[in-house]
Amino acid sequence: MTPEKSGDDDRRHQLRAELDDTPTIPVSEFKRRSRRSFLTGAAGAGAAFLGWRWLQDSPVDDGIPSPLRNTLEFNETVWSNLSEGRSAPEFPVSKATPIQVNGRIGIRNEIDLADWTVRVEGPDGELLDELDISAFEALPQRDMIIEHKCIEGWSSIVHWGGTRFSDFHARYADRVGDVPYVGFETPDGLYYVGWDMSSALHPQTMLALRQGTEPLTQVHGAPLRIATPNKYGIKCLKRIGVIRYARERPADYWAERSYDWYAGL
Amino acid sequence: MELHVGHSLIAPGSPTRAGVSVGSRNVWEQGRNTPVDRSTAAGDRRTVADMSIDTTTDDASAEIVTPDERPPDEPVARLVHPRAIRWLHWINFPLLMIMIWSGLRIYWAEDVYALGIGSWQWFAFFPDAVYETFGLERRLARGMAFHFAFGWLFVINGAIYATYLLATREWRHILPDRHAAREAKDVVLHDLHIKKTAPPQGKYNAAQRISYTAVLVMALIIVVSGFAIYKPTQLYPLPLLFGGYQGARLVHFWMTIGLGLFFVVHVLQVLRAGWGNFRSMVTGYVIERRSPTNSVAGVPPSGTDDTENVGSEPEEVAR
Repeated sequence: MTPEKSGDDDRRHQLRAELDDTPTIPVSEFKRRSRRSFLTGAAGAGAAFLGWRWLQDSPVDDGIPSPLRNTLEFNETVWSNLSEGRSAPEFPVSKATPIQVNGRIGIRNEIDLADWTVRVEGPDGELLDELDISAFEALPQRDMIIEHKCIEGWSSIVHWGGTRFSDFHARYADRVGDVPYVGFETPDGLYYVGWDMSSALHPQTMLALRQGTEPLTQVHGAPLRIATPNKYGIKCLKRIGVIRYARERPADYWAERSYDWYAGL
Repeated sequence: MELHVGHSLIAPGSPTRAGVSVGSRNVWEQGRNTPVDRSTAAGDRRTVADMSIDTTTDDASAEIVTPDERPPDEPVARLVHPRAIRWLHWINFPLLMIMIWSGLRIYWAEDVYALGIGSWQWFAFFPDAVYETFGLERRLARGMAFHFAFGWLFVINGAIYATYLLATREWRHILPDRHAAREAKDVVLHDLHIKKTAPPQGKYNAAQRISYTAVLVMALIIVVSGFAIYKPTQLYPLPLLFGGYQGARLVHFWMTIGLGLFFVVHVLQVLRAGWGNFRSMVTGYVIERRSPTNSVAGVPPSGTDDTENVGSEPEEVAR
């Protein structure tokens, strides 16, 4: 620093003034408080460590410590109360892209699509219907160009064609009453997902028959799959074999493997 | 090197011992209002003292800073980090670590980002060794469970911190002012031992102000982009702020890298700044050692033993 820099001194004054409001204490008092602060800090660090151990050692609930599972449930409550029923944006057809093939569980083997039927079951396990694809083609059709989001992190804008789940459900609403859940299974039962009914009845929850204008290919879930922009792809089961209304939360393949059951976006 | 020279944390301007008392603000005003010719003998002596300090190596600096004719005044402890700041800071530390760790477990499942130009890739995030070292592989579900549980704590802690900064006007110590860019450059040059003196500072120097403010901005962006990825439908149109869902994911990732880099530099600077500085974030206090005989017009010279390091990264060391 050079003496002619008196501007610097003014600056020092100005900056120093910022600190002069703060209290000072004698060093003897500081030493006493210092000891207390370090003891508090050590206790805090110890408590944090014990808390972490407690979390890691908690009973496991579907693959994750139960406090974390409970927090996922809490999150579901928060978000479903905050803004349930909002819709994801839809896009012009020109934005649609092919979607990568990701999950093959439950659809590893090709099936004869002509033989395919879906069983519709009531909450007491009763068979409500056994439908072939023409039943779904007879329901109101719509197109939906939405961003399909994989829980892994990728997403792509896909053009789906099919019928709203709510239009399908209308056929059975009187018979099943106010059931809170619906589950879906592949024909071989290897892959299965559970949905809460309000998510299933969302206008963007689709039973898709087509990608673009073409019927679904087998790797993408022919002849009938779930499509939605509002839950991760893990909930969008391909090749539906069973639709089962339920009073309890239906089993969910990935929720049993540490993932969030709700998986809502 | 027991001396931490707070050259820019200047003692309030009083030639008397009153300068170490609690009512230092008044003293400082006194000092400032007293007309003193800056070219007095005292001023000249300061210059000489500065020169001798600036040309001295660390090993010898202890002898220079407390020469016989300048007996150290009675030290006093000044509160620089209020209790709330200390608690929030230390609670934030493990929360941030957990968020980054669990976030990287999520990122692993779709680790597509890299640095490069066109098809030329310079560095891909992340090499396998990184995933292996930190146990980040095949833990997507657990990563999400931790992320979406501790995320609440991280956000709540951050919200309390932001509220505290606003309510107590502590933000004044952090927000860069119009001198910040120039002074920050000088701080960096000084840190690199290119420039001998560092610019004046308040609680924090200009480089600290800029980086702490940047961290707060990044923290805000990381939270908002995080929510945009977490609930893109329910919080729509929030993702549009970032150019959509994938844009939000990209921003969220880079903010993580930014906070990670800050963390590394922060820890290095804390290590460099020494014990007194680290202790201040635990106890709240720094020890000020006054040398009133050095004061000139209420401004002690740069490089005297005014105060131990203040702030978490004082950026200056004993010279």
